[in-house]
Amino acid sequence: MSLTVPVGEIDHIQGKENAPVTLVEYGDFECPYCLEARSVIETVKRTEGDKLKFVFRNFPLSQVHLHALHAAYAAEAAAKQGKFWGMHDLLFDNQPAFEDGDLTTYAQNLGLDMQQFTEDMKSEEIAKKVKDDFLSGVKSGVNGTPTFFINGVHFNQPSEAEFLQEAIESAAKN
Amino acid sequence: MKPLEKGTKAPDFSLKVTPDQTVCLSDFLGRPVILAFYPADFSPVCGDEMSLYNEILPEFKKYNAELLGISVDNVWSHLAFAKEKNLHFPILSDFNPKGEVSKLYNAYNEKDGVSERALYVVDRKGKIAWGYISPIGINPGADGILEALEGIKQ
Repeated sequence: MSLTVPVGEIDHIQGKENAPVTLVEYGDFECPYCLEARSVIETVKRTEGDKLKFVFRNFPLSQVHLHALHAAYAAEAAAKQGKFWGMHDLLFDNQPAFEDGDLTTYAQNLGLDMQQFTEDMKSEEIAKKVKDDFLSGVKSGVNGTPTFFINGVHFNQPSEAEFLQEAIESAAKN
Repeated sequence: MKPLEKGTKAPDFSLKVTPDQTVCLSDFLGRPVILAFYPADFSPVCGDEMSLYNEILPEFKKYNAELLGISVDNVWSHLAFAKEKNLHFPILSDFNPKGEVSKLYNAYNEKDGVSERALYVVDRKGKIAWGYISPIGINPGADGILEALEGIKQ
């Protein structure tokens, strides 16, 4: 199973452009396992430094997690104002407080233009971005959250730091 | 076990979907049908697989395809499961005689007495377009289903 849509301009990317290893996560802000994986990702970001580029794509399971879709919209709406990662972090820090009022508070905390944010939360463009992420995941065989790809290849092991670190180390050598 | 071969006629069946309603495969002639056999309601992996398909339902609808989940659980279990997972597609009960339809599709695990985690796409004429039997612990995702539906698009 490999990544069908390569990492590109539409993606949210952390790390150096020319990093030898790209880690893509398909995640859902309301998913408890994604929250667990987040600390692992923070660890490998620290240990791997410039070797690693991290990409987050939306895979909201909206029928199981009733607020996941709006949370994804909030992250994408924040992205329109250059604050995707700020919102990404706030959402995971505050899981599962994702009522619309909560999302507004997070946007205010990030200092976003609130009129713009409110409009973007309802925009078709944002809805399409989230849906496109989801479908790119489905076509790449994503079967739940979180699902990781390391340099485009499905990472088929438990998402614990040691496994992820080892896989990243070996990808960096190749 | 191997899935039924592509191009062969999909065995027809009639299974309960609620205590007083049955669904037949032949009801859907003229439309593609996705059959998703799974071992049991309420086991964490199945929940994930059915929840995933539930989420992807709008994509299946683009191909005018009908999704049917099938396990050996009884209709009451199915109703509770569908309610808890907010499922928007029928799940059929291969309960009596137990596993009869699953067996027709090489999708019955005799040892454990449950359906295998098997997927089929049946074309508009009622023929097998694609079949896949996944290791029971592994959620097979939906990429194979979408590819098969794309392959039989008219």
